[in-house]
Amino acid sequence: MDEEAYTGQEVPDEERKEPQEGNLTAFFSGVYTIHAFVLRFFRELFRPPFEGKEMIRQCFHVGYKSLAIITLTGFITGIVFTKQSRPSLSEFGATSWLPSLISIAVIRALAPLITALIAAGKIGSNIGAELGSMNVTEQIDAMEVSGTNPFKFLVVSRVLATTCMLPILMLYAAFVGLMGAYLNVHHNELTSFRSFFSDAFAKISFLDVFASVTKSIVYGFTIGIIGSFTGYRARQGTVGVGKAANSAVVISMFAIFIEEVVIVQIVNSIR
Amino acid sequence: MKNKSDTVMGDPVISIDQVKKNFGGIKVLAGIDLTVYKGENLVVLGRSGSGKSVLIKIISGLLAQDSGKVRVLGEEVNRLSPERLQQLRLHVGFSFQNSALYDGMSVEENLQFPLVRNRRELSRKQVGEAVRQVLEDVGLPQTLHQMPAELSGGQKKRIGIARTLILKPDIMLYDEPTGGIDPITSVDINNLINKVKSQYNTTSIIITHDLTCARMTGDRVAILADGIIARQGGFDEVFDCDDPRIKGFYNYNFIRQP
Repeated sequence: MDEEAYTGQEVPDEERKEPQEGNLTAFFSGVYTIHAFVLRFFRELFRPPFEGKEMIRQCFHVGYKSLAIITLTGFITGIVFTKQSRPSLSEFGATSWLPSLISIAVIRALAPLITALIAAGKIGSNIGAELGSMNVTEQIDAMEVSGTNPFKFLVVSRVLATTCMLPILMLYAAFVGLMGAYLNVHHNELTSFRSFFSDAFAKISFLDVFASVTKSIVYGFTIGIIGSFTGYRARQGTVGVGKAANSAVVISMFAIFIEEVVIVQIVNSIR
Repeated sequence: MKNKSDTVMGDPVISIDQVKKNFGGIKVLAGIDLTVYKGENLVVLGRSGSGKSVLIKIISGLLAQDSGKVRVLGEEVNRLSPERLQQLRLHVGFSFQNSALYDGMSVEENLQFPLVRNRRELSRKQVGEAVRQVLEDVGLPQTLHQMPAELSGGQKKRIGIARTLILKPDIMLYDEPTGGIDPITSVDINNLINKVKSQYNTTSIIITHDLTCARMTGDRVAILADGIIARQGGFDEVFDCDDPRIKGFYNYNFIRQP
């Protein structure tokens, strides 16, 4: 931090201004810092005392409070995907394949990805903003000087909550998406509920479900850790809080897409 | 060591020896030597940006000094393991300039927070009694179920102090206790600081640029200027000099005797 950055504010923030580094150095510095943050998470995760109550509270926040938007998004996704797929399948007289096609798309790809992207926007930004706000108003310092481990209370609980709840939200989104698809198929072809879901699950293997759950666990961890990282390091008052919230969303989404590609490659090599 | 009332003070509880701290090219603390004795209220006066809050955060271990030693209750702060530092902090209360109350928790939850985590042997009933007692001590029993956003600035300050008192610390660190509040409420805060000293038998460091607060609460005053302790002693004694840094500080402040 250079002289210009110390403007006489009572507690000059030694991390407020990033050092004047090249882009490559700054990138590797950032990678190292988040790596250290992740390692600290795993150290604190297994060290007592455990903040069980706070984790449950965060699970409620992450899970229950996301149900409405996941329901709406999942339902619309199912309907829209069905509507868009029907014309192409009709050309080949293959509309009977709709349930299978939709279930493969929803369970393998759409449910995990859309749930993660919504969670990154809703939950990731919330974590980044909340922790950022606590940081710039010295609430985290206050926890630390009162003999509490703020990292364990704030970060570990949130990351565990997102990691545990995202697979559950994904499965719920998949169910709601398939319900939306069923309603559309039933409206057009008067297909029974049993027939639709029997056809839908005929092409779904254990590997498909396992891969989707694994993806969601990875996405949940990513969203929690990145939101916590950006918030925990927020500086410069309200500007920093805004940046933390924004960075939490953007970096999470970027990471989710990278992870999607990697996991799909791994699953396809097993299939 | 004697205070302004010629009462003999106890042993040193905080020893600061040639502490230096830079931020980039800026020398904030240039070699602080200061001792705080048991049972006294030491006021550290200085202009905004003089490094007062930096000093108090180094004492509490929130910042690390570049060089020099800080001993609190006989332990060298920056050499402690995280677990040992956490233990030491139970004996040191920190009242933040902006109170730093946890926004998402009620006053009751704010006060319970440090207690349930550090005194796990206490029953729910005992925790409740401790919370009610400390709220009585700061004169705000009616705020138990309120959220921080519903409190006035002065109330937040007092709840912030209550939250540190609930662990019954030996040392209290006050960062600008009267900052941002009106003169009448400031007098209430100053009286509370003195009440805390007598009732809880604490040793305190009060960081401020408010001379009324310094006069009302300080047994001893230390002036921080140009990164060092320029002068220390009783309130009148400290300002009885020709140093323009110190005289100017006094002359531009308005003091009203409460």
